[in-house]
Amino acid sequence: MTPLQGRTSKLADREGFLAPLFLLPAVIYIIALVAFPLVLAIAFAFSDVTVGNPSFDWVGFDNFQAIFDDPVFWRSLRNTVIFTVISMLLVIVLAKALAMILIADFRGKWIVRFLVLLPWTTPIALSAVAWLWMLDSVYSPIDWVLRSLGFIESNVYWLGKDTLAMASVIAVHTWRIVPLAAVIILAGLISIPDDIKDAAKIDGAGFWRTLFEITLPLTLPVIAVATLFGAVLTFTDMGVVYILTRGGPENATQVLPSYAFLKGIGSGDLAQGAAIAVFLFPLMLAAAVAILRSVRKMETF
Amino acid sequence: MAVATRERLAVADSAHVEQTRRRAATRHRLGRVGLYLAAIGASLAAALPFVWGTITAFKEDADLYNSENNPFVFNLDPTTEHVSFLFSDTGFLTFAGNTLWVGLVVCALTLAVSLPAAYSLARLNMPWASALGIAIFFVYLVPPTLLFISITRVVAILGLQDSTWSLVAIYPTITIPVSVWLLIGFFKAVPRDLEEQAMVDGYSRLAAFLRIVIPLALPGIVAVVVFAFTLTAHEFIYALAFISPSDAKTISIGVPTELIRGDVFFWQSLQAAAILVAVPIAFAFTLLLERFITGFTMGAVKG
Repeated sequence: MTPLQGRTSKLADREGFLAPLFLLPAVIYIIALVAFPLVLAIAFAFSDVTVGNPSFDWVGFDNFQAIFDDPVFWRSLRNTVIFTVISMLLVIVLAKALAMILIADFRGKWIVRFLVLLPWTTPIALSAVAWLWMLDSVYSPIDWVLRSLGFIESNVYWLGKDTLAMASVIAVHTWRIVPLAAVIILAGLISIPDDIKDAAKIDGAGFWRTLFEITLPLTLPVIAVATLFGAVLTFTDMGVVYILTRGGPENATQVLPSYAFLKGIGSGDLAQGAAIAVFLFPLMLAAAVAILRSVRKMETF
Repeated sequence: MAVATRERLAVADSAHVEQTRRRAATRHRLGRVGLYLAAIGASLAAALPFVWGTITAFKEDADLYNSENNPFVFNLDPTTEHVSFLFSDTGFLTFAGNTLWVGLVVCALTLAVSLPAAYSLARLNMPWASALGIAIFFVYLVPPTLLFISITRVVAILGLQDSTWSLVAIYPTITIPVSVWLLIGFFKAVPRDLEEQAMVDGYSRLAAFLRIVIPLALPGIVAVVVFAFTLTAHEFIYALAFISPSDAKTISIGVPTELIRGDVFFWQSLQAAAILVAVPIAFAFTLLLERFITGFTMGAVKG
C-alpha cells in the first residue's frame, strides 16, 4: 500500500471528516437557494423594488401598510383560510374512506387503483384545465345532465358566481389531494400489525367498531401528519385557483398565494408581492411547529 | 326430563349457530357489495373528467360546440384531427422532452446531494444530527409562494431566466429536504452489523456506504425518484415565473399557455394533452405504489 492510499483510506474512514463532508452539499444548496432568497424576500417586503425599477430603497412598513389597507388582501386571507379548512376536512374524510377501499382485496383492484390515482398523478395545470372544461359555462356536461333531468332551466355558471366558484375551486382541489392523502393513510393502515386485526375479528368486532376502536386510533398519527402536510400545501397552493378562476369573479376566489403572484409577477410590484408572501410566514411557522410535534410523537413508536 | 331439556337446548343452540352463521354470511356479502359499489363510485369520481376528456378529444367542432348534443356520445363521427394538431402545431413534444430532461437531472442532483447528507445524519456521529435533520425538513415547509419573487431575482442574477436550467437549479431546493428526511429512515433501518462486517472485511467507511448501504436502501431511492419526478411534472409557479420562450417550457405551463390563446381554447387538443400525460404517469405510479408505500412507511413512520 502506498502512503497516499493509506491516507485516503484513513480519511475515507474518519467519521469526523466524512460526516460534515457528506452534509456539505445539501447545506450549501439550501443556504444559497432557500435561506438567501428567504432573507431577500423579507428585505423586498420592506423595500420599493419593482420589475421596472430594481434599485433597493428601504421603505419600512409602507408595503405592509398598503396591503393592510387593501380590501382585496383581507378578502384573500379570508378565502385562504376557508379554502384550506374546508378542503382539509373533506380530504380527511374522503381519504380515509378511499384508503379503506384501496387496502381491501377484490377483483379489479389494479384498475381501481389506476383510476383513483389519476387525479393526483396528473400535473395540476392539466387536470385543472380538464375541470375548466367540465365546468364550462355553456358546454358543461354536468349542466347538460341536470338540464336533461329537468333540475335546471338554464346553465349554472359554476365559475361565474361567488359562492359556486369558491365551492368549485375547493371541490377540484379536494379531488386532487384525496388520492395522495389516501396513499399516506394506506401506508399507516398497512403498518398495523396483523395480530391486532385478527384479535379484533375473533372478538367479533364489526366494521364500525374496528374502525373507531382500532384502525382510527392506530392511524391517527399518520392522518395527523398527512393532514398538516396537506394543509401547508393547500395554504400555499394557487395552481387550481390560477387556472380555474384567476381569483375571480371579482376576487371571490382570490387566495394569498395567487394574490402575491398577481401583484409581484403580474403587475411587477415585487415589493408588495413579497410583503403579501411574507405575511404567510408566521402562519406557516405555526403549522410547521404542529407538524414537528406530531412527527416527534411518531418517533416514539 | 333433564335429558329432554338438554336435547332441546342443543337443538336450539345449533339453530342459533346456524342463524349466526347465516347472518355473518349475509353481512359478509353485503360488505362485498358495499365495497364494490364504493370502489366503482370512487373510480368514477376520480376518472370522470378524463373519461369525458377522452370523448372530447376526438369530437368534431360541430359536435362539441352544440349545447343540445349529448356530451357523452359521438353525435358526429370521431376525428383524430385535434390530436394530430397537438403534435404538428404545438410544442407538445418539446414540452414533454423538457419535462423528461428536467425531471431526470433533478432526480440525479437530488440523489447525489441527499444520499450522503442522509447517511451523515443517520449513521455518522454528526453532532446535532437530529436537530439538523429537523432543520433540513423545515426547509420543505418554506413555500414556493414565499420564495418565487426573490428567486426570480436570483435566477436573473445567475443568468438562467428563460432556460430549463433555472428549473434544474431550483427544484432540488424542494426535493432535497424531503428526500433527506425519507432516506434517514431507510439508512436507520439498515442493520449496523452489515456495515461493520464490511469494514472488518477491509472496506473503508465510504466503500461500505457505496456498496452495502445504498443498494439496501433501494426502495427509498425509488420513493425519492418518484417524488422528485412528479414534482417536476407538476410544478407550476416557478415554471410560470421563470420561463417565457415556448421551446424551454415544461408540460405544466406549455400546454395551458399554447393551447389557450387569449379567449380561444383548443379544447379537444387540451384534453388530448391531459390524457396523454396523465395515463402514463398514473400507470407508472400504480406499478410503483406498493414500493412507494413501503418507502413511505419506513421513511416517515420509523424515521
